[in-house]
Amino acid sequence: MDWWKQILSAFKDADVRQVAYVPDAGHTSLIEACIADNDIRAVALTTEEEGVAVLAGAWLGGVRGALLMQSSGVGNCINMFTLAATCRFPLPLFVTMRGQWQEFNPWQKPMGQSANSYLTTAGVQTRTAESPEDVGPMTTATLDRAFADSEMSALLLHQRLVPVKTFDK
Amino acid sequence: MPEERRSDSYPLRRRDVVKRILPANNDLLVIAGLGSTAWDITSAGDRDLNFPMWGAMGGAIPMGLGLALAQPKRRVVVITGDGETLMGMGCFATVSMQGPRNLSICTFDNERYGETGMQSTHTSANTDLAGVAAACGIPIVGVVRTEEELNAALPIILEAPGPVYHVIKVRAEKLDFVLPPKDGVHLKNRFRRALLGKDAVL
Repeated sequence: MDWWKQILSAFKDADVRQVAYVPDAGHTSLIEACIADNDIRAVALTTEEEGVAVLAGAWLGGVRGALLMQSSGVGNCINMFTLAATCRFPLPLFVTMRGQWQEFNPWQKPMGQSANSYLTTAGVQTRTAESPEDVGPMTTATLDRAFADSEMSALLLHQRLVPVKTFDK
Repeated sequence: MPEERRSDSYPLRRRDVVKRILPANNDLLVIAGLGSTAWDITSAGDRDLNFPMWGAMGGAIPMGLGLALAQPKRRVVVITGDGETLMGMGCFATVSMQGPRNLSICTFDNERYGETGMQSTHTSANTDLAGVAAACGIPIVGVVRTEEELNAALPIILEAPGPVYHVIKVRAEKLDFVLPPKDGVHLKNRFRRALLGKDAVL
């Protein structure tokens, strides 16, 4: 099964019904599948930090959510993470990585190199999937930790999993 | 003495306005942005279905959106300040795209950063938050400056199919703190218990 289908399957198993996102090429298929799914409300954000608050509101209302972004979005979330940290809102994050593998665009490298340490410093538990067969079980683990332990929990999806963007060069 | 600014003499007073929006025994789901609006909703009566924020500036409206989508049969009211609204204006586009009919947002706009020394915000100059929301596609938008306009707006704030947004121009004034609980886990759990039942908090 494609790795993104494993994420969708784990979302369904965990009763995730709001998926908030800022698009990334690596998340394209998953986002399209979430939009098409009648049981999932897909929420397009203008900036990733909105998603932290959207999912907190969803949890107040009894609905589980997940937040999709690329590594550059991690930096946009830092202060909003304090909402989830202070109130212990479950916050599962799925981060497609840039700047770590066959990266054409050097502007992606600072956040790509630092996203994991920024997340850790903010209090987010992180794990990294480097091969497709890791994604399903690691998605389940990420969701379990978030919802069972009221944690901020991130799965970093290594750039080797996503298409190489060459800018036609 | 600092120079007089126009919002020093606006007729509407925030603590009076909040009691009109949140009368006793209402069943609204209420999110308040950090600072003055958190104290305002508490002055109208602290209740389990209030979620007053103490931080996460810019998060009140998107939090209300997530709640409104999760609870489509309940009216969700977000009450926040002009500074908090300015920090996350993109969320009007996000709210508009989702179009929750049960979401009503009010900005108490005193044109100041109240918690940090009453410095002027951008709405004291040329920024029109109602115009921003309208341009983002929020279908019902209003500006309230007087008691008469508040009377006319209240049924829309509380009942009209939304999303609804109102800028309520209020007097810039330093008021007593009326502090809600600040333990975020407590605020979250009491809200979920009141809304979803005791099993929602394990």
